[in-house]
Amino acid sequence: MATALETVRDYAAKAYKYGFSTAIESDMAPKGLNEDIVRLISAKKNEPEWMTEWRLQAYRRWLTMEEPNWQKVGYPPIDYQEVYFYAAPKVRERPESLDDIDPEIRETYNKLGIPIKEQEILAGVAVDYVWDSVSVATTFRAKLEELGIIFGSFSDALQNHPELVKKYLGTVVPQGDNYFAALNSAVFTDGSFVYIPKGVRCPMELSTYFRINEMNTGQFERTLIIAEEGSYVSYLEGCTAPQRDENQLHAAVVELITMDDAEIKYSTVQNWYPGDAEGKGGIYNFVTKRGACRGKRSKISWTQVETGSAITWKYPSCILQGDDSVGEFYSVAVTNNAQQADTGTKMIHIGKRTRSRIVSKGISAGKADQTYRGLVRMLKGAEGARNHTQCDSMLIGDKCGAHTVPYIEIKNRTAKAEHEATTSKISDDQLFYCRSRGISEEDAVALVVNGFCREVMNELPMEFAVEARKLLGISLEGSVG
Amino acid sequence: MLTIKDLAVSIEGVDTPIIKGFSLEVKPGEVHAIMGPNGSGKSTLAYVLAGRDGYEITGGSITFDGQDLLELEPEERAAAGIFLAMQYPVEIPGVANSYFLRQALNALKKARGEPEVSAADFIKRLRAKAEEIGIRQEFFKRDVNAGFSGGEKKRNEILQLAMLEPKLCILDETDSGLDIDALRTVSDGVNAMRSPDRAMIVITHYQRLLDYIVPDHVHVMADGVIRKSGGKELAFELEKQGYEGLLGPVARGAEA
Ligand SMILES: Nc1ncnc2c1ncn2[C@@H]1O[C@H](COP(=O)(O)OP(=O)(O)OP(=O)(O)O)[C@@H](O)[C@H]1O
Ligand SMILES: [Mg+2]
Repeated sequence: MATALETVRDYAAKAYKYGFSTAIESDMAPKGLNEDIVRLISAKKNEPEWMTEWRLQAYRRWLTMEEPNWQKVGYPPIDYQEVYFYAAPKVRERPESLDDIDPEIRETYNKLGIPIKEQEILAGVAVDYVWDSVSVATTFRAKLEELGIIFGSFSDALQNHPELVKKYLGTVVPQGDNYFAALNSAVFTDGSFVYIPKGVRCPMELSTYFRINEMNTGQFERTLIIAEEGSYVSYLEGCTAPQRDENQLHAAVVELITMDDAEIKYSTVQNWYPGDAEGKGGIYNFVTKRGACRGKRSKISWTQVETGSAITWKYPSCILQGDDSVGEFYSVAVTNNAQQADTGTKMIHIGKRTRSRIVSKGISAGKADQTYRGLVRMLKGAEGARNHTQCDSMLIGDKCGAHTVPYIEIKNRTAKAEHEATTSKISDDQLFYCRSRGISEEDAVALVVNGFCREVMNELPMEFAVEARKLLGISLEGSVG
Repeated sequence: MLTIKDLAVSIEGVDTPIIKGFSLEVKPGEVHAIMGPNGSGKSTLAYVLAGRDGYEITGGSITFDGQDLLELEPEERAAAGIFLAMQYPVEIPGVANSYFLRQALNALKKARGEPEVSAADFIKRLRAKAEEIGIRQEFFKRDVNAGFSGGEKKRNEILQLAMLEPKLCILDETDSGLDIDALRTVSDGVNAMRSPDRAMIVITHYQRLLDYIVPDHVHVMADGVIRKSGGKELAFELEKQGYEGLLGPVARGAEA
């Protein structure tokens, strides 16, 4: 009798034999989750044995864990046996150039307003496109290679630089860190991998557009960015998803690591489908993002603009290990209609004179509910550590809610944390003032809200800021009047 | 251009009316001054013309260039050519003054089916107008009205007015808060805007402003209606006699 693994391998081999037409068919694993599915995913990706084992370990941990329910979001229980954990677009082989990309995929990107060529040429951005968990194109790789920068899909990294992946994977977000991280560790299908060698300043913004396409598929990307001593990289992550009635699950894990004097700037514009006005459909966005400032004077900066998803559960965090290291979190979260968001950050101060800065701007409209949840922890050794937190909420209408839940734990007498919070309503006077100058009501809302968020928007790279500004307007359409 | 007939206005949810049968006819090229004691309803009238929420129109009509003004949203009124320089300009934190003004100008252009102004043309015009009105360029980058002094806010309103070139300019106490020199530069700016097809309604407490912006008509408003109208000399008379002296007999006559 064939072993389970062989069966899986057979299946995988067969799946790849199917003819590939220009219309995008998906190469899908059967629904549901068990050890065979985990093995199947690993086999399909031709992973080394240790990786398969690592996944299985994570899966077994996951089985023992409970889905968290402490956050202020509510959603019907997810039936994990109804989810497809693997879906890859069928391609003959990895496209060598952008021209090899499936025209239908390109068309969709065009509809999303991300013309590949334009992005590549105009923005000078190296883009790693991810289509349902599998990277389909990487641009600028050659140029980056010259500098010794590795930028590409996670799967590629696993094939070409397994030692790097093995060394760092799971060292910031361990397999059993939380329910969704464990799930991701077991079933992640692709994501991005970035390695910046010592002393190299990455000359361009690295960017990945993630996109969920298949119905009922979960997207589980895994991103790992390592910045060696004295290096710098700015990484952009943009997310969109088409409109579907069903809810889709997105459980990503992002790990960042900076060595001495290195800096990673990680920016996200998240625009997953939020569901309709009644709350039907939309993405469940359960993401674990964490950075470790391992080196002295290193810096990790998270900037996020979150306008999408039905439910967001996300706390990009910094572990400030190296002395004098710096963590920053700049966030704009917009919730409209029936959206729910529970987001914030964790700053863990371990090293001496570590500093962190948190600026959170929450905008709630419709019946939406949003919570800022932040943890600032200063450990015994965090001599002279400093934190400044500023948390502002703006309400549009009177059916929405905003909550601020700051946790501050200080174990060192010389460490200090400051917290400021404000809640305001969008003012009728401001809207009238804009309108009396000719600006339409919706544009007036967008203008006032953009002003409210300016500190955060200023942190975004130029081309992203423009997109983010438009997004804020779009996501608040119909929120007043 | 503007015809207000028997206008009656109360605050939403409050029974007592604020404007009680107000009528006024403004023709192109004319400057009308409205004076009147505190609380007589001058700002209310200005806001109603600009289309602010929170008022209930209980009677009368307003037509502007043949259109029923009361049917229009504030931004449509702006596009039709109405501009209100407010008594208390509003602060918009995080929004740069010049960005705001360009958004406004382009919104008006768009509504009128005209092409947008290029960034270069915009900034050129902005610089020129700002210089006329005595606004330093550092104000372009500052947040709209945020942290501006009282006088700076008023000047900024006039800068907007000059940039947006409305047909009907309503100035609500633009002079209060201005120092003597500023009063002159701002008035010069306003006078430069005077033209045969542009009209102005200038709300003020002080005859002094009318030395600079010389009105064709002066109206004295009290208790929600115009109690007396005349030429520019009415302002002098009012300055001498005060409202009581001027309106006393009239008020008694009206109540009889
Ligand atoms: N939102 C409101 N709620 C209640 N009363 C109001 C409101 N707005 C205006 N009023 C009242 O309406 C009256 C007219 O106010 P308005 O601001 O129009 O006066 P004004 O003539 O402009 O006075 P001033 O010369 O002091 O500027 C005042 O008595 C004022 O208190
Ligand atoms: Mg007034």
